[in-house]
Amino acid sequence: MTRNHTISRRRLLGAAGALAVGILPAACGGDGSDATPTRTGTADLVTGEILVFAASSLTDAFKELGAAFEDEHPGARARFNFASSSTLATQVNEGAPADIFASADLQQLKVVMDARNASEAQLFATNELIVVTPAKGATVKTLADVAKPGVRLVLAGRDVPAGRYAREVLARASTLPGAIAADFATKALANLRSEEPNVRAVLTKVQLGEADAGFVYRTDAAAAGTQVGTVEIPAAFNVQAQYAIAVTRNGKNVTTAEAFVEFLFLPRGQKIMASHGFGAQ
Amino acid sequence: MRVPADRAALATVTLLAAVFALFFLLPFAGLIDRAIADGETWSLLRTRQVREALVLSFWTATLASVLAVVLGTPVAYLLARGHFPGRAIADALIDLPIVLPPTVAGVALLTAFGRRGLVGEPIEAWTGFTFGFRTTAVVMAQLLVAAPFYVRAAKSGFDAVDPQLERVAYTLGASRVRTFARITVPQAWPALVAGTVLCWSRAMGELGATLIFAGNLEGRTQTMPLAVISAFEGSSLGLPGAVALSLILLVAALVVLAAFRLAARNGARS
Repeated sequence: MTRNHTISRRRLLGAAGALAVGILPAACGGDGSDATPTRTGTADLVTGEILVFAASSLTDAFKELGAAFEDEHPGARARFNFASSSTLATQVNEGAPADIFASADLQQLKVVMDARNASEAQLFATNELIVVTPAKGATVKTLADVAKPGVRLVLAGRDVPAGRYAREVLARASTLPGAIAADFATKALANLRSEEPNVRAVLTKVQLGEADAGFVYRTDAAAAGTQVGTVEIPAAFNVQAQYAIAVTRNGKNVTTAEAFVEFLFLPRGQKIMASHGFGAQ
Repeated sequence: MRVPADRAALATVTLLAAVFALFFLLPFAGLIDRAIADGETWSLLRTRQVREALVLSFWTATLASVLAVVLGTPVAYLLARGHFPGRAIADALIDLPIVLPPTVAGVALLTAFGRRGLVGEPIEAWTGFTFGFRTTAVVMAQLLVAAPFYVRAAKSGFDAVDPQLERVAYTLGASRVRTFARITVPQAWPALVAGTVLCWSRAMGELGATLIFAGNLEGRTQTMPLAVISAFEGSSLGLPGAVALSLILLVAALVVLAAFRLAARNGARS
């Protein structure tokens, strides 16, 4: 049984970060089998192309999800536009023909909802941050090292969810009880060498050894495997990234778009998300 | 029979030209329309981020163009006048950065000058110097992507100079250097100016290679095109910021094109 977390526009306005709000009549995956009950005799109405705008941290997971979705619905085709959630929000609000918007935070989804380009969103995954370092000769071994003089730090831009979360981690590690140092965030940000357009660009800069440290999602570090080293962020300072998805108003193919969102919550979709390291909502 | 056919041809040409003109002008009309609707353009122009990006863009593009002229003029002259093995290949290679997307140039720069790059790694080992995330990297990216436009134009300029004129100068006892300065350069002047302007404009507009090789940091590597991208991503400036920045680039481009027309005309006259 899948429980869907729906956020109405008003609720999002009231408290960004609000959790479970209602339960939608979701399709039931049954006893853990991967088959969906949609292919029973009658013609599959889930056909045609949908354009999915998704946060770049979802790149690997959503590509696999798309392939599985097409496998379930041979007449359907999911195309993807991966970029930072903030870029995608701007594009959707400027009229991009997106059927679905999957954001790495609630803020950017709120941007789209405020412009009335989506009316209802569902939380579908969680993630957390991790520090990545070059695989060889890493100089950053603990979170505190990020503030050492001379460290080349890269972050995603400050409105890109991963960049915003990273700044939140730095602030928490400077102010919460047991903080590294009161000026930790200031010193770390003095080491900032580049504000990358999305979280995957941060990963690449570290992978290439151009940067000594970068803040990415745990799932991004997993996708890079042994090509990067990782430094854990103490749980007290870490933040939980919340991914939300919405069918957008600009879309032409509502049936297929809704089926894609539904598929995400079915066991097969959830299994794919989990296999890429995303937490269930 | 002939006249109606001509008339139809003229109508077709006019129609096609009108479609082209419309397509060309509408995006700029859109920019101006949005800037007026936003009404924030002027206040945004005075923000620090915009000022820094503008200043950085101007001086990096200018430095890249100066380097392109200093290093590119001998190349263009050799390609036009020299006889050496592999000249045809060298001539074709010059066009590579023009044909390839700038993102390829960015990746290529990283593989050569990055910290794990072909020469970047030994240079860091010897001197501790790294290219990435520095203004140096911005200029390098611009130079690689924009210099071919200058070399290409300068070469055609030198090609068009009558070798007979140069030979006459030699027979009159002028040195090679003097001949180059007094005969070749003035003759090729419009092409040299056009090439420099093209190179400068291309350097001003450089985005892909810069983002990949130099990164994006306000005041250090964030040039105007990167500021437009950052604004579009919703940084403090937002879409109105992207529009305002685009307008500045538009005006700068118009000024440069006008100046280029003037310089080319004056050069041709002298």
